[in-house]
Amino acid sequence: MATLRSWREIPHGGVAFRLSTDVKTGDWRALRPVIDQSKCTKCMICWLYCPDMSIIWDGEKVFVNYDYCKGCGICAHECPVKAITMVPEVGE
Amino acid sequence: MAVKTIPEIPVKKGEPPYKLWIFEPGEKKEFPLLFNLRQLAEQRRPALIPGHRLCAGCAAPIVVKLASFAFRGPTIVVSATGCLEVSTTIYPYTSWAVPWIHNAFENAAATGSGIEAAIKALKKTGRLKYDHVDVVVFAGDGGTYDIGFQALSGMAERGHDVLYILYDNEAYMNTGIQRSGGTPKFAWTTTSPVGSVLPGKGEHKKPIADIMVAHRIPYVATATPAHWMDLMKKVRKGIEVNGPAFIHALSSCDRGWRHEEAISIEILRRAVDTCYFPLWEWTPETGYLLTDRSLVIARNPSLKQPIDKFLEVQGRFRHLLRPENKELLKQLQDYVDAVWEDLLKRASNAPR
Amino acid sequence: MPREGDNNGSRGGGVGMSRLQLIPKYPREKQVMMNLNGDEAIAYAAKQSYVDVVAAYPITPQTIIVEKYSEFVANGEVHTEFVPVESEHSAMSACVGAAAAGARAFTATSSQGLALMVEILYIASGLRLPIVLAVVNRALSAPINIHNDHSDAYLMRDSGWIVLSAENVQEAYDTTIQAFKIAEHPEVQLPTSVHIDGFFLSHTLENIYTLPDEAVYEFLGGPRKISKVRVDYFGEEVDYVLNPARPLSFGNLALYDYYFEMKIPQLIAINKALDVIKQVNEEWYELTGRRYGNGLVDPYMVEDADIVIVAMGSSAGTIRSVVKKYRERGLKIGLLRVKSYRPFPHSDIRNLLRNTKLVAVMDRAIGPGQYGALYLDIASTLYHERSRPILVDYVYGLGGRDLSPDMVSTMINQLVKDLERGYIPEEERLRFLGVRG
Repeated sequence: MATLRSWREIPHGGVAFRLSTDVKTGDWRALRPVIDQSKCTKCMICWLYCPDMSIIWDGEKVFVNYDYCKGCGICAHECPVKAITMVPEVGE
Repeated sequence: MAVKTIPEIPVKKGEPPYKLWIFEPGEKKEFPLLFNLRQLAEQRRPALIPGHRLCAGCAAPIVVKLASFAFRGPTIVVSATGCLEVSTTIYPYTSWAVPWIHNAFENAAATGSGIEAAIKALKKTGRLKYDHVDVVVFAGDGGTYDIGFQALSGMAERGHDVLYILYDNEAYMNTGIQRSGGTPKFAWTTTSPVGSVLPGKGEHKKPIADIMVAHRIPYVATATPAHWMDLMKKVRKGIEVNGPAFIHALSSCDRGWRHEEAISIEILRRAVDTCYFPLWEWTPETGYLLTDRSLVIARNPSLKQPIDKFLEVQGRFRHLLRPENKELLKQLQDYVDAVWEDLLKRASNAPR
Repeated sequence: MPREGDNNGSRGGGVGMSRLQLIPKYPREKQVMMNLNGDEAIAYAAKQSYVDVVAAYPITPQTIIVEKYSEFVANGEVHTEFVPVESEHSAMSACVGAAAAGARAFTATSSQGLALMVEILYIASGLRLPIVLAVVNRALSAPINIHNDHSDAYLMRDSGWIVLSAENVQEAYDTTIQAFKIAEHPEVQLPTSVHIDGFFLSHTLENIYTLPDEAVYEFLGGPRKISKVRVDYFGEEVDYVLNPARPLSFGNLALYDYYFEMKIPQLIAINKALDVIKQVNEEWYELTGRRYGNGLVDPYMVEDADIVIVAMGSSAGTIRSVVKKYRERGLKIGLLRVKSYRPFPHSDIRNLLRNTKLVAVMDRAIGPGQYGALYLDIASTLYHERSRPILVDYVYGLGGRDLSPDMVSTMINQLVKDLERGYIPEEERLRFLGVRG
């Protein structure tokens, strides 16, 4: 976490001054989704339902942004072709 | 047709979140409603950015995400105190890519009214830099059914052009799963626990969407994020209509409903399949109209599932599935059936 | 520095009496005399102040403000969006939303309505939104009472609002317009309230001088100006407003790691308001020839006084006339009217009261279990002085009980005796004026 600011550095009215993308919620995970690209039909359902906006479509394929993925498993459950499996997150 | 779109995360310092949501004055940027998911992924960004602290598997950010795909241009979002507000704006971080304000628990509708009035006044005096700015309110069942009801009713009566989206997780989840007016009968909550004498909440869920229909506002609908096309269409209609619009979106909560995170969307599907939460919309001209899955079920009654299918995956209804509580389960099933039949009578597109 | 002739402008004494030969920009001849009651004057002042949104709920004795403003809207005399909200809580909430969206917002209330909107008062101040609120002071229930006392004004003590009180209808008109300027000052940016006594001022007619519309528009600098803010994710400073061009998040959750730091700028701003209120008072003087003391306090014959009565609101007028009579009889007595209740003008009051011998503070409300709120503020102001005057608290006028000149005379006679005695025992420090029994 960044150093906490003094009161002189707080923006006027207390508006948020940073984006939550600085908070890597990926460290919440106990399970991580792994996409089997050979099975993936690129239907985009996983991208659609991800509550953390952590499935990314780059024009050619979907992949998981592990910085923010919380490992909820909705993508794996909703995938129509079962291309996503949840595997235990092995810590480093 | 694959367009190489570089994802915008992580955002660089000094750059706004999702440049898509930056509407420079005089810029004519409009968002058509898209249902092709690849096009949607390439051309649009949700109003929420990742890094918010909602629980893993929470359906509320999915509601917001899908709703924001239906926004049509500059939009201001108002939130009531609750899970969504608290978890998306923990100081100093914010997860909102659109202008957003949180006031207090019970006044999301009143704040939205004030913003809408301000926009009208600014436009009248030539100080608004846009043709139109939409105001969308996201509030939970706590801030809508109970404490926020007065403000909502007042806003509806005054006819402000605000879309009010209720993300209903059926209890005061943010403060620890206490019962609200939106908690269904027999549900376990911390203030209506299942004990040796009482089997959970004793009162039925307040029919909030029907109450809003009684206000005769231009548009009322129910939706779930599981039926995403339906939700997006309804949000768009709510925004386009001139006047107050109300959308009741059921939003599962894996903490409070006690279900596995992975089935958050599945459980909402079951809520509709069992007719526990029918999907419909209402306008003063058309009356009640069933939509999406609920219309399919109305046409094929054999598709209606027994309420057990919805209850069996939730821990908060576990006691209902015990043999000694068969009577209570039947009560609940009868209630769901009665409400469904009533809706079939009122809906103009239900088969006669 | 407050001078004797300064409040003459408000009581018909003429303009050129101060030592500076000031010709105001709008001397009497250019102003319009109107016959208005307190509520109408406030509504008229708001009408001239280019207000964008008025969200209000009726409550006696503020109803005339809402009614008059609705008439202006119905006749197209203002561009304001009038939002007839369903409660005072929603009134202030709508004003917060409107101010956050960049509009100039105004509302009015009294007693129970103010009590209902207290939750949002703190929020409005914390979000630094320059909303103007007119409070027509009325007693708080129970028992329910529609007449004047300051129990609702005292509710705003800790809310972070600037609280200004008016003694007469002319001052109510002047202060309402000034309130917009004070609130929107770039170094203040705090919500401001203007208080008048219910029924005594709100429903009594006075002939007051009003400015032409252009004069007020120019004084306020036109429509609301938005302040600037700098956040990490925008390179340059952006407008502090709900703006689709530069999205910001208002009203965040600040946990124990940030809440404390976020409160300090409010304190800095309200202390800055002390200077700004004085400045705006002077600017008003240059515009109209009227000013009220130095803007924060309005002293009358305090410099050499042995006894000073401190009061707020319309009863100061009654007290002043009685003080004048006692002065003519040779008693060295003065009146200190507190105009700015918050921020409390500690140093001005300290300078004025440090050499006096006895101070009687008049409180038009009493919270049970403590001294009157104004007394507590005065006591804390004077505590550190080497020589402190004798201090006594008079609670009067609760629930609209009138303060007559005779009652003031009785009080002054008692104060003279207290001064001779040289001290006041503890059981006599809180006195009630005008209660039976």
